[in-house]
Amino acid sequence: MRGHYRIEIATAISRYVALAGAALVAVLVFLPLFGSRALMQELIFVFYMLALAQLWNLLAGYAGLVSVGQQAFVGLGGYLLFAFTVLVGFDALVAIVLAGLIAGAFAFPTALVVFRLRGAYFAIGTWVVAEVFRLVLAQVKELGGGTGTSLPVAVTNGVAGMEWIKTFFDVRTAVARDMLIYWLALALAIGTILGVYYVLRSRRGLALAAIRDSELAAESVGVDSYRAKLWVYAVTAAMTGMIGALIYLQKARISPDAAFSVLDWTAYVIFVVVIGGIGTIEGPIVGIVIFWLLQSYLADFGSWYLILLGALAIGIMLFAPRGIWGFFADRYKIVLFPLQRRLIDAGGEKKSGT
Amino acid sequence: MLALLDTVIQGVLLGGLYALFALGLSLIFGIMRLVNLAHGDLIVLAAFVIFALAKALGLNSFGALVLAAPVLFGFGYALQHFVLNRTLGRDILPPLLVTFGLSIIIQNGLLEAFSADTKRLSAGALETASVSLLPGLAVGVMPLLTLASAVGVIFALNYLFYRTPIGRAFRATSDDPEIAQLMGIDNRRIFALAMAVAMVVTAIAALYLGTRANFDPSIGPARLLYAFEAVIIGGLGSFWGTLAGGIIIGVAQTVGAHINAEWQILAGHLAFLAVLVLRPRGLFPRAVD
Repeated sequence: MRGHYRIEIATAISRYVALAGAALVAVLVFLPLFGSRALMQELIFVFYMLALAQLWNLLAGYAGLVSVGQQAFVGLGGYLLFAFTVLVGFDALVAIVLAGLIAGAFAFPTALVVFRLRGAYFAIGTWVVAEVFRLVLAQVKELGGGTGTSLPVAVTNGVAGMEWIKTFFDVRTAVARDMLIYWLALALAIGTILGVYYVLRSRRGLALAAIRDSELAAESVGVDSYRAKLWVYAVTAAMTGMIGALIYLQKARISPDAAFSVLDWTAYVIFVVVIGGIGTIEGPIVGIVIFWLLQSYLADFGSWYLILLGALAIGIMLFAPRGIWGFFADRYKIVLFPLQRRLIDAGGEKKSGT
Repeated sequence: MLALLDTVIQGVLLGGLYALFALGLSLIFGIMRLVNLAHGDLIVLAAFVIFALAKALGLNSFGALVLAAPVLFGFGYALQHFVLNRTLGRDILPPLLVTFGLSIIIQNGLLEAFSADTKRLSAGALETASVSLLPGLAVGVMPLLTLASAVGVIFALNYLFYRTPIGRAFRATSDDPEIAQLMGIDNRRIFALAMAVAMVVTAIAALYLGTRANFDPSIGPARLLYAFEAVIIGGLGSFWGTLAGGIIIGVAQTVGAHINAEWQILAGHLAFLAVLVLRPRGLFPRAVD
């Protein structure tokens, strides 16, 4: 009877969602042609925060590496962009890729130190490392030292592809720049979501899920948890570095305090993941929408806004620790990005198992 | 040579302050394995409480501390009882994220209440008093008092831990929370008491933080990192180890600053990372995490 069974991951809902997602992506790709510039700039922010949130979720929600020091790699990526474009003279696109690779390489010596700390102590250890990066880069006078520096106009306006966008769409330089960065940010956000989904569906993802559920049990069935975690840490560092480089291509101005800000690049990111639902791919997507709404309407309230964010995060953690998405997914059994493998027999009877 | 000796002595005294920052963290971690990311902000909060009491009642800072201590004891008990006890369990995420949220709330709450202006606690004539150790080598009375207070707090904590019934309950809960509960100890009450005691230690730390230099609502996270480094260097669960860790960070910072003023903080962090690579369990480990 062996031929009568097959293993499926996709569900009926997930197939429709994939179609709807593709349609949404198509709309987003063409948005610069009809949307306003302000909307485009807001969405750039949404895209890179979403990408950062997905990466932090992979680290904390799946690999159990609760880092509060991801700003180390955002800032490093930003500074590498500046170093490669201003000091070496590379094109910004090349610099973004290089920034990612080097940030990923930096993950290894960093891991050598912080992986000695477990659990919550790992969290503060990563924060110390981020502070070390900040303090060291503040010493680099060529990149503005402690006060920071700006990208020369020649760099921001000379990115490969901008001339083409200018002539093809007949827009000003500044608009062409926004369009290019918008598409890059969109590509990074979608690439990150699909990348994380792909990783989680792979053998490595299975190993990560096992480690998340019980590290001891995972090791006893042959999962090398140190290697699995190191691999995730390095990949997220590389992606985070690329996003950092893109963020600072858009901002065009960098300073150690901003580039290594724990609030901007870690606290907000954690908020997005926790509100949406940690340990799911859908969670950060729900979280970013809520965060964007809150930011749009309440950011003017300054510190009260931050107090509200902090209180919301505490409330969610205490009363619905699986976040908004987790709450609904548990109740209605919806999964948009299915990871569970199901055994299906020829008669259509379904048996579930992972 | 005298300059170097002076630098090291200043570093040791600064280490007393960092040990005071760290003792509260060490106490909490030792008993309930809770890593409090808001610890630095709680120190700053305590400094503002002392500041507000001193100003409102016209007291000096030491008098205000005596009044602030019971207030903060109660605050610590309530914080643990109503919020943090709900987060304790096998999963490390809830306590981390809740204390991270708390950190943001405290920082911004203080910003609303007291503005971003820097404040300072006055210690009167003690601020400028100094004693001469050698010809040409004098140390301030306040830094000496800071180190002496750290040593005093450690003696008091060790007495509390090893000579009193509540200390026995602390140690029992630390060793094995489930068995302690079987023996009739109410863990949740023990945890709340531990946090309350930690807040009193924090209040003492805050007094010396505020009299040593200016403070404002944003400086908490950096104090958390120093405190954390001292705890890890010293080894988990040992108060004297925490003092040693604080002194190592303090000396590294003053020596770093002696070479180049911009290297002060960096030197402290690098010393911490070096210890972590060479002795991952710290210098005097006692507890196992």
